[in-house]
Amino acid sequence: MNWTVIGIWLGALLSLSLYSFLYKDNPFYKFAEHLFVGMSAGYWVIYTIMNVLIPNWWNNLVPAEGGMQPIWLIPGVLGLFMVLRVVPKLSGLSRFSLALIVGTGAGLSMTAMFQTNALAQVNGTIIALGQGGGWFDWVSNLILVAGVVCGLVYFFFSKAHTGVIGGAANVGITLLMVAFGASFGYTVMARISLLIGQTQFLLFDWLPTMGIHL
Amino acid sequence: MRKMLFVLPLLVFAGVLFAQSGGVTSEENSGSFVQSLTAEDARNDAGGGIDLTWTVAADAALPDSMVLERSCDGEDWAPVCTLAPIDGRKTDGELENGLEYSYRIVPWSGGTAGEPSVLAAAVPIKQWINSGRVGMLIILTIISLVIFYYIEQGKRGKDLYIRRIAGLTAVEDAVGRATEMGRPVLYIPGIMDMDDIQTIASMVILGRVAMKTAEYGSPLLVPTCRSVVMSVAQEIVKESYLQVGRPDAYQRESINYITDDQFGYAAGVDGIMVRQKPAAIFMLGTFYAESLILAETGRSVGAIQIAGTAMPSQIPFFIAACDYTLIGEELFAASAYLSKEPKLLGSLRGQDAAKLFFMVVIVIGVLTATLGEAWAPAAKVAEFLKTITSVE
Repeated sequence: MNWTVIGIWLGALLSLSLYSFLYKDNPFYKFAEHLFVGMSAGYWVIYTIMNVLIPNWWNNLVPAEGGMQPIWLIPGVLGLFMVLRVVPKLSGLSRFSLALIVGTGAGLSMTAMFQTNALAQVNGTIIALGQGGGWFDWVSNLILVAGVVCGLVYFFFSKAHTGVIGGAANVGITLLMVAFGASFGYTVMARISLLIGQTQFLLFDWLPTMGIHL
Repeated sequence: MRKMLFVLPLLVFAGVLFAQSGGVTSEENSGSFVQSLTAEDARNDAGGGIDLTWTVAADAALPDSMVLERSCDGEDWAPVCTLAPIDGRKTDGELENGLEYSYRIVPWSGGTAGEPSVLAAAVPIKQWINSGRVGMLIILTIISLVIFYYIEQGKRGKDLYIRRIAGLTAVEDAVGRATEMGRPVLYIPGIMDMDDIQTIASMVILGRVAMKTAEYGSPLLVPTCRSVVMSVAQEIVKESYLQVGRPDAYQRESINYITDDQFGYAAGVDGIMVRQKPAAIFMLGTFYAESLILAETGRSVGAIQIAGTAMPSQIPFFIAACDYTLIGEELFAASAYLSKEPKLLGSLRGQDAAKLFFMVVIVIGVLTATLGEAWAPAAKVAEFLKTITSVE
């Protein structure tokens, strides 16, 4: 018995404990779940300290070359405000930090979202219908353009989906559902490959440790 | 409208800053293997970069390699890197802004340096405006003005219609069902942090759901994947309970942090679902591969499920496993729909106007691009529309 075999057994038993959830909630699943949640929470605490707090804040506040950069006290104070949530009388201070996080997040997201979700889509849709040459390309391009326009109509909230607008919205949502169906199938295939990988681990790594070779 | 006048000086300021550019030098030397060398300040960066472009003689014997050299004073030359003996371009980075740097390329053959190229010099400068995004600035400014206009209309009491969104109409039914069954309502705000726009939208909806649970007296559970989201959720739920006059019913410990780990969080929430058996589950925010795990478990415990995300790859799973699904922008419209606040409704109307604008741009762009294959002026219009919507 060596550490590799112990690792394989731990992996196999925890995998089976998690799969046991398919039957119903049971003590094995509970054990694996609590172990997973607890270990991952602990891991992320250390990860955040070592990879975020120390390199991004502490090393800037107190650089290796000496001295201190007082400007870096500001994020430190904001962080302290968050910790003060545990003190009921001072918990209101955390709202300053939260307001900064939410406001900055919304502001920074605005340009990125606008770029990727609006302009890039519009830019990619402006094509000549005859681009590609053949009749199939012509039809494909027409479906692309009509799909984008009708999809946008579906997301009109200030007009009732009746008449022409309703018809266009129906075409839009139908095309969206076709795309979602394709995406569903594609992702399920990827999930099946994960299942196959874990099954192979159990069959070809774990069973041989008990002398069972397939 | 006077509130919008700030946009004018902003555009003027942007134009002035946009006009700045770094120096460019370009020389040719027919005696060296390297025929020409150009140096110019790297565009649209935060400074510290110089773009170099060179061409080599097509008919001369190839050297073994070429060495790019840099100097600040024109006397002491330091090697920057080795180059392949072909035409090329490179960006030299981590330079000091405002200082002039000279460059030359020295060909090497058999361990001997050949005749160096001519010198090229440039000064790295920090750009305040990314010229590749000016089109976006203009469009965003116009759209913002339109949204401000409709918000103003909403505030003045103009009736702003909003169509029925099935998933949001069901919110009250779902909370009511949980109350009748005596089971809790579970709200899952996705797995991303507060800098994610979907999480922000989710928090606004959480406020509305919390008002309903406070009114009906149903327990509300909010397990979070990020500690900051937990803090924001606690504040929002507390505020909602205060607004409906039920601060006594607020339970801070029911809004808790589980873990930052994606599947650790999914396992923890699954455990909550099978043990607490919530009657209504809301999954609104950013979700990735855990979406189906959560939605399937929620379905297995018989909960009514309302999901919403703008992640295209996860929407199919929610559609398959949930009772109602908010697709993409419906998630962002939810706060306006649920609150019916004139400000939010005005904003929604403005966004609709933006969509109409983009539809018109697309239709004109496609028509002109198609006609442009036979008629040059139409092609120019299409090219212009492509340019203003392109972003570097």
